[in-house]
Amino acid sequence: MSVIVVLLAASISIAAVFLGAFIWSVKKGQYDDEKSPPMRMLFDDKPPVNNQYMQKTETGNAAEVCDA
Amino acid sequence: MQHTTPVQTTTCFHCGENCNGTVITAWDKPFCCEGCKMVYEILNQAGLCDYYNLSENPGISRKIRVRADKFAFLDEDKIAASLISFRDADQTHITFYIPQIHCSSCLWLLENLHRINPGIVSGRVQFERKEVTVVFNHNRVSLREVAELLNSVGYEPHISLQQMQQKPRSVNRSLLYKLGVAGFCFSNIMLLSFPEYFGITDSEAILQPVFRWLNLALGLPVFLYAATEFYTSAWKSLQHKFLNIDAPIVLAIFITFGRSVYEIFSGTGAGYIDSMSGIVFFMLLGRVLQNKTYSHLNFERDYTAYFPVAVAVISNKQEHFVSLPDIKLNDTLLIHNNEIIPADGIVTRGNAIIDYSFVTGESTPVEKQMGEIVYAGGRQTGGNIEVLVIKEVSQGYLTGLWNRAGLKTARDDSEKSFVHALSRWFTWIVFAVAFSAALFWTLKDQSVVWNAVTAVLIVACPCALLLSNTFTNGNILRILGRNSFYLRNAATIEALAKANFIVFDKTGTLTDTASLTARYEGVALDNEQRCMIASVVAQSTHPLSRAILAYTGEQHAVMPVHFFKSWEGSGIEGTVQGNRLHIGSYAFIRHIVLVDDTDTTGVYVAINNTLLGKFRIEQQYRTGLEQLISYFKKRYSLAVLSGDNAKEKGYLQQLFGQQAALHFNQSPEEKLQMIKSLQHKGNSIVMIGDGLNDAGALLQADAGIAVTDNCNNFTPACDGILEAGALPRLDRFIRLSKANGRIVIAAFFVSIIYNIIGLCFAVSGMLSPLVAAILMPASSLSILLVTYGSSNLIAAWLGLKGGKAGA
Repeated sequence: MSVIVVLLAASISIAAVFLGAFIWSVKKGQYDDEKSPPMRMLFDDKPPVNNQYMQKTETGNAAEVCDA
Repeated sequence: MQHTTPVQTTTCFHCGENCNGTVITAWDKPFCCEGCKMVYEILNQAGLCDYYNLSENPGISRKIRVRADKFAFLDEDKIAASLISFRDADQTHITFYIPQIHCSSCLWLLENLHRINPGIVSGRVQFERKEVTVVFNHNRVSLREVAELLNSVGYEPHISLQQMQQKPRSVNRSLLYKLGVAGFCFSNIMLLSFPEYFGITDSEAILQPVFRWLNLALGLPVFLYAATEFYTSAWKSLQHKFLNIDAPIVLAIFITFGRSVYEIFSGTGAGYIDSMSGIVFFMLLGRVLQNKTYSHLNFERDYTAYFPVAVAVISNKQEHFVSLPDIKLNDTLLIHNNEIIPADGIVTRGNAIIDYSFVTGESTPVEKQMGEIVYAGGRQTGGNIEVLVIKEVSQGYLTGLWNRAGLKTARDDSEKSFVHALSRWFTWIVFAVAFSAALFWTLKDQSVVWNAVTAVLIVACPCALLLSNTFTNGNILRILGRNSFYLRNAATIEALAKANFIVFDKTGTLTDTASLTARYEGVALDNEQRCMIASVVAQSTHPLSRAILAYTGEQHAVMPVHFFKSWEGSGIEGTVQGNRLHIGSYAFIRHIVLVDDTDTTGVYVAINNTLLGKFRIEQQYRTGLEQLISYFKKRYSLAVLSGDNAKEKGYLQQLFGQQAALHFNQSPEEKLQMIKSLQHKGNSIVMIGDGLNDAGALLQADAGIAVTDNCNNFTPACDGILEAGALPRLDRFIRLSKANGRIVIAAFFVSIIYNIIGLCFAVSGMLSPLVAAILMPASSLSILLVTYGSSNLIAAWLGLKGGKAGA
């Protein structure tokens, strides 16, 4: 019996943590804009380069960058 | 296809547009104009060429130049202060609306502005709303410079009067919180109810009250918080002496909760907390789906979104910028080419050629001499003019149309919906059943009366109707949205379905303002003349030049043009192979050669000071109209309300049939009155328009739909925004809307079967929590299946894109 009580407490508190996470994410505005974050996460953060025909960078596709 | 000239296939590296005739090559890349090349240079210098890698030809055409000091008004502190959202010792935050944002490249570039100008701290794009919030260090860069930087890379911010008056957007997220809480409680209650459903062994009987009390504790947030959505709506409707669908639902929630509390306290049963929280969860879900509208579209725009935020005022021969609300009588305004006149006034200097097409629907610009009155809302298409203000901005002819009290009140269509009427019938039937059950048990076994009556009321709440309604509406809204038809709310679906009268505007709705066709009248052109004319007009981006170029054929624009000159709003000239060409308006050509013409509209052509003839310019009707109208002709009464003159009457009468009423030269006020009088005759009206001149009529109509070539352009306040490309499918949209009501009722009847089963248990006083707990989700799920399945099926049958297919 005591096991069930422990399990109950555990399951409800875990679910409560998820509820808290959900409320937090809504509050942070994560559901306000559903389009830009999926695009944003695909951008590579590269150091700014000042030359157009830039030296080959580590990604190897730098040449395409300006010859798309 | 002609392959003789390679220019035909060359597209601009920056914007992807066809480089007609002139290709500028730089860094081995073709550009269509200097503007595009310049953007490339800026990005190249800053090492931001990734821009071109993320999407193909992401740029925005720069053929139409922006005036150099267009953003000078941002230097005025007072105007700037009204636009910025936050400012401290060294940082300023401002949000710009940039309609050009369209792809991931745009997003990337706008968030990397700091690499072009280090004074900018960061940029953050809100893609759906097409806004960018820029944080910059105002000690290093001014607001004007930020706006000019955006403009220089092709993202000209649109700064309107509305932005100045707008309060910061407050997002209402309470429905999401409620949904989350209800979901949490519902799932845990279901879990905790399993022992109740399947029985509990005697050795563990001591646990039973623990489960029940926990259920009650979890049911409290649902009852006290999540369900408040329905309490407020029901309370509001009662205050209006109107019984909406939420009222019986609230009654059922109260009874269910009350009975559950009683059972748990008295230890006689487990109550129906599980069913109650489940139904609240599903109903909230339906509401969230239905209310998920298009945040990036604005259905409430008025003239302030169309007017600029500031205008140049001349006082003591000095030009300075004044924000629009501060313009006073007798101020002298300086209006540049392509700017909107913000207040009614008298022209005091310059040649005014005002394009009123958006305000009145007139298709050709009007010429105004000095001393004549010009109305607010017109767009100057000639050179600079000066205007003496005779009426303040808020009292202009155009703005007056909005300030009418009747139009300002937002209509609440939701009360008209048929579901409320249906729910009332349903409620009466349920009451009757409950009453007869009570009567029956009073005679037979008094101890069961209370039990049976409450059970009937619990089972028979019209939540199934609410569910089928919200789920169907939500899905239909989504299907329409995927097909470029965006409705403001679910009530519009019903208004569309009920309509029996469709009214069209002409200019910009039936016709496409952007695509003009030219027809030549005069001395027949030989091939050489044709080539000369084509070559000269190819130099200009004016829509009229484009139309003439299309008439003469782009492939003829091959001769080099020298001494090209463009006179704003009147004409162009250029020399081709030693021949001087003048192409322009009647007034323009009269300076060159003596013309005598009674009808002075059109574009005249003279070569070497000899008049050849003129091009008549006509607006083209949108494609696919014949089919659409012929469908409507058989089923609806039709009318056309045009602000333009009656020159197209013959064609329109033939298109719309003899029964259709065609009205021309209609003022915005007359359009509104016409809709009103049609409504008085008992008609339910769909108005389809586009400009400010239709705004009153759009608001008055039962469903006002604004047609736009680009849904981020200005559209007047309306119930739905329709992209022009989707106009030919309007008949299918209306048929889908009609199906909406039938789907709701079908889903409702499916759920009634469950209700009847439940009622059989209930009246016999044997509704066990298990039965209730199975019936409730089963009923909800079948509603979901019926509504989604059938609305998608009907959409597919109509040839529309479905609502569920992956984005």
